[in-house]
Amino acid sequence: MRRFLIQRLLAFVPTLVGISIVVFLVMRLIPGDTISAMIGTQYKLTEAQAAALRAYFGLDKPLPEQYLIWLTAALRGDFGYSVRSGQPVLPEILNRFPLTLELALLAMMIALAIGLPLGVVSAVKRDSLIDLSGRLFALIGLALPNFWLGTLLILVLSVVFQTLPNSGDYTDLLEDPLANLKQMLFPAITLGFAFSASILRATRSSLLEELQQDYARTARGKGLRERRVIAGHCLKNALIPIITIAGVEMGYLFGGAVIVEEIFTLPGIGRLLLNAISQRDYAVVQGTIMFIAFNFVLINLLADLAYAFVNPRIRYD
Amino acid sequence: MRGRIPILRIRLRVFRHPSAGLGLALVLAYLLVAVLAGVLSPYSPIEQHAADRLQAPNSRYLLGTDEFGRDIFSRLLHGATNSLRVTTVAVAAATLLGTTLGMIAGYTGGLTDNAIMRLMDLFFAFPAILLALAIVAALGPGAGNTILAIAVVYMPIFARVSRGPVLATKAMEFVTAARCIGVNHPRILLRHILPNITAPLIVQVSLALSWAMLTEASLSFLGLGTRPPEPSWGSMLSDSRRLIELAPWMAVSPGFAIMLGVLGFNLLGDGLRDALDPRLRK
Repeated sequence: MRRFLIQRLLAFVPTLVGISIVVFLVMRLIPGDTISAMIGTQYKLTEAQAAALRAYFGLDKPLPEQYLIWLTAALRGDFGYSVRSGQPVLPEILNRFPLTLELALLAMMIALAIGLPLGVVSAVKRDSLIDLSGRLFALIGLALPNFWLGTLLILVLSVVFQTLPNSGDYTDLLEDPLANLKQMLFPAITLGFAFSASILRATRSSLLEELQQDYARTARGKGLRERRVIAGHCLKNALIPIITIAGVEMGYLFGGAVIVEEIFTLPGIGRLLLNAISQRDYAVVQGTIMFIAFNFVLINLLADLAYAFVNPRIRYD
Repeated sequence: MRGRIPILRIRLRVFRHPSAGLGLALVLAYLLVAVLAGVLSPYSPIEQHAADRLQAPNSRYLLGTDEFGRDIFSRLLHGATNSLRVTTVAVAAATLLGTTLGMIAGYTGGLTDNAIMRLMDLFFAFPAILLALAIVAALGPGAGNTILAIAVVYMPIFARVSRGPVLATKAMEFVTAARCIGVNHPRILLRHILPNITAPLIVQVSLALSWAMLTEASLSFLGLGTRPPEPSWGSMLSDSRRLIELAPWMAVSPGFAIMLGVLGFNLLGDGLRDALDPRLRK
């Protein structure tokens, strides 16, 4: 267990360095002159002005040096300044992150609340009508684009209930929890729907596998009722791989949040990123992507550790 | 082990699964619509009928019109063409690059293997849609950059999927035999190893197409994919949001088209996996 922990933690650092290189290089893919891309084509700069700006942003230095300057600043929590607002990037990201985190957590809770019980029932009543409808639900859930589901939800709400989920400003969770949850419910359903489908599938196949194991047969052989075999023996083992899947999906929820925040006009980091993209505010784009990737890797690490913790085969290794 | 893809046997087994058959039917329908869009659509997808703005579905305009009076049915059909172009080119590029890298990594082993695969691992440290978004954000919106973004994001998956089977195949006797009689490395890879690793690749291609289709639609929805006025299912859905109460029909058909296409490739991929992977076969 200790070796596993150390191995995973050591692998975390090079991964972070790697993603910082990827993010840095991707942002250098911007075609043409970065300065004119940032300022916009409507302003004509003299060559001297452009050179001065390039020197100011450190763009006249060689790439590896630029990277090191950016990285050491980022390690101190300095992700640069937004070209549009003039504000530092990191505080803005941290300011908006709680909303995105809340959205992802709610979506995950919805996905687990739908996916786990349906997956268990599907596996236990294999090939029954319930199983077939569960599998159909999973197929549709995985094929349904979240931006379509969100649009349809808004359509139903506006036409049938004559109300829009976000008519009015966003209310903070701490300010008015009930109003906040009312606003977050439909975005969370939109984001979590596809994941409930993959949780369902994973739970079903994992439990089916466990039900066929020798220990399940032994439990049945010694006269346990099927209910006990499932709840007392198989389910515990079947849920172990679900932790990994839930962890990986939690990371993907941050990616999906970008689209859902856009549909429901929620001021999270997803919309911060999209606005920055459309305004060519590259410091914000770079910082936001780095921040989301960091969380993605961190959540995967935590999921790995949780997996090791609940899985005796790794724990006692 | 035979050196050719047992296409016939795959086909028979795929048809034994009703869901895989449905997947194949959906995919074929999608391909047909995409190729024949010009013939099948009653109007030009960008022609504006000023007198017929925001018409609900009727006998003249089967799926209604949008705010510029453009026929949604024709736009939907041409949307399939644009979606197909982006997804197939992107997945073809990803397959070619990823498989080449994965095969070289698996075949050479050692330092090259480590270098290639660790590089590929980096791409897995991002939520896929975010990496695609970042690339398009840097390069600028448009179909060409969308293709590039999807190809880059999916390439590492093909590298992973192809490397494993190469490791298993290169240890087999017929590869050793080929090497003994002096066949060169590229020829061994192409003639002797590649035919034996196609099964997982075919499955992955089908799943990659479904993901690429969804990603293209997502990027277009966010205004970063196919440029207007060219029709794209994603941007059609995005346009519908402003007029959702006035013209709800605009929000229905593009989403349905995306869902059917993605469902088709998913079902086909699952069916192919059942048919091609002996471990999963009942």
